[in-house]
Amino acid sequence: MITAERKPFDEIIELVGDKKKILVAGCDTCVAICLTGGEKEAEILASELRIKAGQDGRAVEVEHTAAIRQCEWEYLDMIAEKVEAADVVLSLACGIGIQSMAEKFAPQIVVPAVNTNMLGMPQEHAVWLERCGACGECVIGETAGVCPVVRCSKSLMNGPCGGSHDGLCEVTTPQKEDIECAWALIWERLKAQGREELMYVNRPPKNWSKSSSGGPRKMVREEAKPV
Amino acid sequence: MTATAYKSGSNLEKILSEGRFAVTGECGPPKSTDVTVIEEKAKILKGYVDAVNITDNQTAVVRVCSMASGYTAQQNGLEAIMQMTCRDRNRLAMQADIMGASTLGIKNVLCLTGDHMSFGNHPEARGVHDLDAINLIQMYKDMRDEKKFQCGEEMEIGPAIFIGCAENPFADPFEFRALRLKKKIEAGADFIQTQCIFNVPKFKQWMEEVRALGLHKEIKILAGITPLKGVGGARYMQKFVPGIDVPQDIVDRMAACEKGAPSQAEGKKIAVEMIKEFAEIEGVAGVHIMAIEWEIAVPEIVEAAGLMPRPAVA
Repeated sequence: MITAERKPFDEIIELVGDKKKILVAGCDTCVAICLTGGEKEAEILASELRIKAGQDGRAVEVEHTAAIRQCEWEYLDMIAEKVEAADVVLSLACGIGIQSMAEKFAPQIVVPAVNTNMLGMPQEHAVWLERCGACGECVIGETAGVCPVVRCSKSLMNGPCGGSHDGLCEVTTPQKEDIECAWALIWERLKAQGREELMYVNRPPKNWSKSSSGGPRKMVREEAKPV
Repeated sequence: MTATAYKSGSNLEKILSEGRFAVTGECGPPKSTDVTVIEEKAKILKGYVDAVNITDNQTAVVRVCSMASGYTAQQNGLEAIMQMTCRDRNRLAMQADIMGASTLGIKNVLCLTGDHMSFGNHPEARGVHDLDAINLIQMYKDMRDEKKFQCGEEMEIGPAIFIGCAENPFADPFEFRALRLKKKIEAGADFIQTQCIFNVPKFKQWMEEVRALGLHKEIKILAGITPLKGVGGARYMQKFVPGIDVPQDIVDRMAACEKGAPSQAEGKKIAVEMIKEFAEIEGVAGVHIMAIEWEIAVPEIVEAAGLMPRPAVA
């Protein structure tokens, strides 16, 4: 799933500026599951904005709504009326949903209320870990199901580097404590699978042109196009 | 051996291929454009080491680049080993830089992944990591031996470079560390400098694994030494520097000395003892002395270890 974190309230206030009619738009898919941007969170943010406006003595109209998925045109039709009535839309969707809204309802102003951060999974309740970098050329078939592109801090194709210690990465900050060393994990898992020889061969340089380095990507499935 | 038989013709390569015990040093460029810093360090080390590593934004802190500083060192009579990290450059820049270094007369390179940006003074920087150190070694070998760029295109004259790498015998998983050196040899590394060694028994254990794989016959191994200045540094490395293994007995030895000159003398004594011990280990072809911001200690250590005069090779 795509995960996101809400932006600091002060930044949200700045993004909204002096607009009078504000629509807070949640998205009920990924960002709802990570407890950041679903309908409930949209309602909470709308309340916060009303309280803040009250404190500042400003008259604003704040509404909230949520689309099932902000990243698909058909679900946006369902909230079109509210979007078009607003002066500004504060979207709690991931970066994809926010851009879909901005495109669908142009020239409506759509601003983000979240920072989209990763493709990850809930490791435990309320803890998410990054799992995929969408690099366009998956290698985890040879790395025991562990992605070296995003789970190794240096995206090594031939790890582990000299900073691996006790199964942990050398990059340890107060915010990111106990990062697993992806390559130590790959080594242990490959051994358990009896496939450690996969680590003996030198993996060639990665083809980054299939990642975002190659420019914005486009996927077309000819066979799925309507005839 | 004729000059043309050498891969690079560097002093370091010649000494190692003659089977002489090599000594390399380390020199960190300054955080300003004060060229005299490199000149002064070169003056101290000249004649006492066979070549000197010029670090590349070490610990992810911006400094004068290793190519320019390596050139300055060579202008001052000290052969450079230009360090090159994958953190700051993509494959285009790393190929351009090795060719540029070669045109400036630099003949040795050390291929590194690089410390992560989060350790340095620009933690908000984007890490490049287009290639890893093993990819980098292979790319440079192909440029030198096959006269081919990484993309496969050919060049007329490849860079004549002696290719080095690093390995940390104290990192985990320990059982993979000698195997990772094997991968670097397969990629094309000619010499390796280890992480600084304090835990001698563990280093010996690693060397046993290296010999069991026959790797000591395929690559020149230089054992890393960092002379300790005081107990503070020893304790700091023991607790806070990942990948460095400082046993308690070393800390205790340093702690037993008074601060200042007695401590420094003990640090140098430990370094000399280690050099002598490493010289006896089968497969160790030399030492790499990393006297970080303490270059002045190197001549005395090299002298006391009985490694003077340094061999003159034609």
